[in-house]
Amino acid sequence: MKTIAAISTAAAPGGIGVIRISGDEARAVGDRVFKSVSGAKLCDMAGYTCRFGHVYAPDGERLDECVATVFAAPHSFTGEDVVELSCHGGLFVLKAVLQAVFAAGAVSAAPGEFTRRAFLNGKMDLAQAEAVMQIISAQGREAMKAAQAGHDGALSRRIEKLRSDLTDIGAHLAAWADYPDDDIPQVDETMLKTRLAAGKTALKDLLAGFDGGRILREGVVTVIAGRPNAGKSTLMNLLAGCERSIVTDLAGTTRDVVEETVLLGEIPLRLADTAGIRDTEDRVEQIGVRMALDRVKTAQFVLAVFDASEELNDDDRALMDAIGDTPAVAVINKSDLAPKIDRAEIDKHFKEVVTVSAISGEGLPALQNAAAHALKTAELNPNDGILYTERQRADVQEALTALEEAENALLMGMTWDAVTVSLEGAIAALNELTGERVSDAVVDQVFEKFCVGK
Amino acid sequence: MSYDAGKYDVAVIGAGHAGIEAALASARLGCRTVIFTINMDAVGNCPCNPSIGGTAKGHLVREVDALGGEMGKTADECTLQSRMLNLGKGPAVHSLRAQIDRNKYARVMKHKLEQCENLVMRQAEVIDIERDGENWLLTTRLGAVYTCRAVVLATGTFLGGRIFVGEVSYAGGPDGMFPATELAGSLKELGISLRRFKTGTPARVLRSSIDFTDLEVQKGDEPVTPFSFDAEMPPKNSAVCYVSWTNDRTKQVILDNIHRSPLYTGMIEGVGPRYCPSIEDKIMRFSEKPRHQLFIEPCGAETEEMYLQGMSSSLPEEVQIAFYRTIKGLEHVEIMRNAYAIEYDCCDPLQLNATLEFRDYPGLYGAGQFNGSSGYEEAAAQGFVAGANAALKVLNRDPLILDRAGSYIGTLIDDLITKGVTDPYRMMTSRSEYRLVLRQDNADERLTPIGRELGLIDDRRWAKFEKKQAQKEAEMKRAEKTVFSPTDALNEVLVSCETSPVTTGVRLSELLRRPQVTYADLTPIDTERPDYPREIFESVETALKYEGYIKRQLQDIAEMRRLEKKLLPKEINYAEISGLRLEAQEKLNRVRPENVGQAGRISGVSPADISVLLIWLSAHNEGK
Repeated sequence: MKTIAAISTAAAPGGIGVIRISGDEARAVGDRVFKSVSGAKLCDMAGYTCRFGHVYAPDGERLDECVATVFAAPHSFTGEDVVELSCHGGLFVLKAVLQAVFAAGAVSAAPGEFTRRAFLNGKMDLAQAEAVMQIISAQGREAMKAAQAGHDGALSRRIEKLRSDLTDIGAHLAAWADYPDDDIPQVDETMLKTRLAAGKTALKDLLAGFDGGRILREGVVTVIAGRPNAGKSTLMNLLAGCERSIVTDLAGTTRDVVEETVLLGEIPLRLADTAGIRDTEDRVEQIGVRMALDRVKTAQFVLAVFDASEELNDDDRALMDAIGDTPAVAVINKSDLAPKIDRAEIDKHFKEVVTVSAISGEGLPALQNAAAHALKTAELNPNDGILYTERQRADVQEALTALEEAENALLMGMTWDAVTVSLEGAIAALNELTGERVSDAVVDQVFEKFCVGK
Repeated sequence: MSYDAGKYDVAVIGAGHAGIEAALASARLGCRTVIFTINMDAVGNCPCNPSIGGTAKGHLVREVDALGGEMGKTADECTLQSRMLNLGKGPAVHSLRAQIDRNKYARVMKHKLEQCENLVMRQAEVIDIERDGENWLLTTRLGAVYTCRAVVLATGTFLGGRIFVGEVSYAGGPDGMFPATELAGSLKELGISLRRFKTGTPARVLRSSIDFTDLEVQKGDEPVTPFSFDAEMPPKNSAVCYVSWTNDRTKQVILDNIHRSPLYTGMIEGVGPRYCPSIEDKIMRFSEKPRHQLFIEPCGAETEEMYLQGMSSSLPEEVQIAFYRTIKGLEHVEIMRNAYAIEYDCCDPLQLNATLEFRDYPGLYGAGQFNGSSGYEEAAAQGFVAGANAALKVLNRDPLILDRAGSYIGTLIDDLITKGVTDPYRMMTSRSEYRLVLRQDNADERLTPIGRELGLIDDRRWAKFEKKQAQKEAEMKRAEKTVFSPTDALNEVLVSCETSPVTTGVRLSELLRRPQVTYADLTPIDTERPDYPREIFESVETALKYEGYIKRQLQDIAEMRRLEKKLLPKEINYAEISGLRLEAQEKLNRVRPENVGQAGRISGVSPADISVLLIWLSAHNEGK
């Protein structure tokens, strides 16, 4: 059985969110994302024990603090080895952790799959079964609704296009293998490479769209940074003017004390530690430049505020270095004052630079625009299909991985049966979204497209 | 008028490729078996192409052989020319195909049946089948009544057979045989749902009327790989095939006469196979194609008949003569047997379960074209499974169920009984999602232990099998252990294989994992290599090269098999399970899957439906 993972707490902001990983590889997967403070490995821990530590993204970024609990088979909910990661970030952080878990080798749990496994391993009694059945049948109806909505929707058109391109290649490869004596056009290796690459690009676009779409739906963890008196709090107050309008837009994401969400254009910015910024600049100074820089490093989006009326100093430069590849906008404040700042140096570090007057509100539309470009939400066309759920994203990711394998097999000089099998893996993953079976689709195409048979 | 013709454990109706394997399996398992054929000279006949095997079909033949069936051995005895198809395309799609002497094949097969203990052969047309308590009563046209515990229907194209040649149509079986005209009615009376399928075959022509001068010659492969894992000596190539092409004039003759084709006049109601179109079909459907290929194949060593593969047709005889004579080499061709289409009755295989027994008719089994498949090899595979299961049932033993993760035979049966068929079903490698594991070279490894447990693999053959497995294992170990130093000689070999040289010691297994490197390349370096048969090294090399892919498919298989073990009770009414979507309820009630895994493969049954089923199942089992 593949090792599966999902967020197992309700999908709403709360104190603690739990990610459950179940399967033979659960501990190994857990060890790839979780580092305990004590240095203990999940693989070595006894059942019913836990450790405190941190979870990390594949690129090494620290995502959250975490308590990892190990349940050893068969004494777990599913009867398999289970690791539960209890994090305290909101839904957003939980999803980031889940993605890290997928990257570490787990696959997305199908609806009801934990329950299914619990059943398969005889871990559930009748009363529990009936309770869970209610939930799962509800999920089934939801899934059906979603599928029907998706049927006429842009996403299914997009997936369909991609799938039919891949099925085309698959059918050609199948005809080529199954009808060796027939007069079938040669499968051209260059063409094959081109089409695999095109498929990969399309899948990557879908994934990028997911990230962009997710930013619009769930917001982006943002830090407003800048040296004291650059105008961070004024900017904050300016943005907060729109605040009330977004609370109703984002159902279930009401702000809590830790996070404050403000809307910049269409993008919900999730500002950490806003209280400090809003009260007084003094607080920020107390925190100190070092801590501010740490926050910048963990942010998903940075509004770097510079004072137009001052020359750049070491704090500014430290900030620019700390931002690195994180999407960011340079906000040159105090546009109403005489400029002394070295604009060229800023342009060198930032793709998006805007000049605003936080006090007057001048430049706000430009800032909105710049943020949309920095976060690539500007490229999102609402008429394009966008992936909505983590599960859809996981399917597309699986398809991409399979295509990369197909490409790799080709590159390594493996025989084309290996290429074909990988390609079919990609089609199968996309079919997960629609429920059609891969070999049938390919076989049907063989007969439609090629004149084969004796 | 009727008389009691005796009692049998198993009766097999039809002695084509399905019937033969069914009867042999049943008799060899110790059941008193009777096999009926409409014409004793049609036993083991190959009324279409004079060849056995082909892509995926070659897998089926080797699998039947690995289980203890007969097709592979007889094909080996009758081989005229053998080729391993798809060399260079990867081990998953390597398939064996042999041109065979069709007359000899039929003769040898008939002789094997005649010599088989427990087996009785009867030339008779069964016209009635009825139930009598635990037994089935079969009545022949001459009034003989056979009482049998189990019956295998392997009627091929004889059942309700009807021949079409242009405007002419008449009741007939294949190759000029009588059809079985009464049995279909009797089956319908029982309540079995039948349908009409059609197939076709090209002309047989006189060798001396062909001008081979400008035709491309197709030779066999050397060395020949036999079908049978038990072959002592590989067969030899003794004949060649020829390739020619249709042209504009062929197309014109056909287009000018297409209105006379029964397919286009609507005379034929049966559904033909998509993969085996007649030449008129190809020309109509792929009108942009300027030419179509044909193969001219020998029918046997003691006949001058040649088979025109790719040229099946149901056009009038004179049109056939006209268009064949437009083809290069065939300008003066003499037709000995005309091409024809044949329509026949077959069942809806959704009525069957994985043992090929009718769900609602215990003791009644179907195999071959009767189940909606096509092809000698597909027939033999099903015949073996149906015959073995009929016998196992009579013997009160556990049934033989082959799953799709373990064999092409299992894939074939699962496809038939789970998805049903809309046109005659042909096996293809693309139909198996596990094809890097289900290779033709390891059919014995996968299935001979099952054949042994059945009792169809004797001690001699089992010892041979065990020896081969031990050699494979030993060679695998040696490949992992043997380390070559980075000598110039080694690097010379590696460079000549267009792969990077080494600077440190390297294991034999690591080298073989490289796609570019083969055992043959390493012969000068690998001096300690033991003297094993060629196939041992091929197997080890494949296992190493495709290790990653194989491992992943094995994981998929393990996952699939877990769900296969969740059996669904026979009496479920899916309409009563709340939470299942309507479409799923209907499909499940129609297919009646045997387990949760099979249920999941039915189109229209979603993962959510499967979760609901699992929960229902658990509650159901708890309630017992």
